[in-house]
Amino acid sequence: MPLETSSGTAECPECFGDVNVEEVMESEIVQCPECGAELEVVSLDPLQLAKAPEAEEDWGE
Amino acid sequence: MRVAVLYSRVRVEEKLLFEELDRRGVAYDLLDDRELVLEIGGDPAAAERFRAYDVVLERCINHSRAAATLRILDDWGIPTVNSFQVAEICGSKLITSSALAAAGVPQPRTLVAYTPESALLGIEQLGYPVVLKPAVGSWGRLLSKVNDRDAAEALLEHKETLGSYHHSVFYIQEYVAKPMRDIRSFVVGDSTICAIYRNSRHWITNTARGAVSANCPVTDELHDVSYRAAMAVGGGVVAIDVVEDPARGLLVLEVNYTMEFRNSIAPTGVPIPARIIDYVLRVGEEAARTGASTLGATS
Repeated sequence: MPLETSSGTAECPECFGDVNVEEVMESEIVQCPECGAELEVVSLDPLQLAKAPEAEEDWGE
Repeated sequence: MRVAVLYSRVRVEEKLLFEELDRRGVAYDLLDDRELVLEIGGDPAAAERFRAYDVVLERCINHSRAAATLRILDDWGIPTVNSFQVAEICGSKLITSSALAAAGVPQPRTLVAYTPESALLGIEQLGYPVVLKPAVGSWGRLLSKVNDRDAAEALLEHKETLGSYHHSVFYIQEYVAKPMRDIRSFVVGDSTICAIYRNSRHWITNTARGAVSANCPVTDELHDVSYRAAMAVGGGVVAIDVVEDPARGLLVLEVNYTMEFRNSIAPTGVPIPARIIDYVLRVGEEAARTGASTLGATS
């Protein structure tokens, strides 16, 4: 069952710069190359990014 | 074989695990913990959706969500990697230390206290420097190396005043004068599959804090302490943080049950995602064959 992925360019919601991504899936975390913001892929079609949630106290390994 | 992967967000590690499942042609579902609604003790049909899975691989980023979900799945008799027991122990440094001590695994001296006054007494009993850590947390966050009494008094007051409730349990550990590195070893089932050194100029040697990883040979001594630490918390797929004490040898700091491994594949040359999936499928196959896990995936 291959992953559903998408490639292309989306806008960074933080700095409005272009973020190029390759074969990303929904919920995947990517980083904006311009402002360094951590972003989450929230839609594959159309490709959309949202600011990833801030780390919470119980996040970890 | 039907597998589910429980996750919060897709990090590099989750993507590699999904790709490994794809490569093997394993059918799997992705369960986003943000979308789960689990009915406890209600209609038995609530559990049926999950009983379709031979095994659930837990990869949540939130410890609280992981532990809660694993407990419910465990009560429903659904095999998981790791088990609720492992998550519960490893999710707290305090419980981990106690489990390691009960199993005779070497570790730094560790004290627990509940008030700033008793914590200060404990700190001075250990002698400076000491390290204060939150019992829950990862990636080296909120670790404090306390070098003298002035710093101890200030830190304890700040934690009491500004911290959330679980910062009121003071976890105090002896500072180990380790070389400018620590070791992370990876245990899957009975094997220590690989290990890395985490080299850093800072006393906090997490790769999340900028430490640089390099291959660490898995010696008999390292395997022994890693394996014993893994078994102390219930086994499964875990990563052990180990420090080298000049006098006492290897000491275990903590055990991670949803470990990150992106920085460990290249230096070790070990296909960690493949080894994890090997183990997950073994648990699932065993459970499917016997009707219950015998690999320690359920308590």
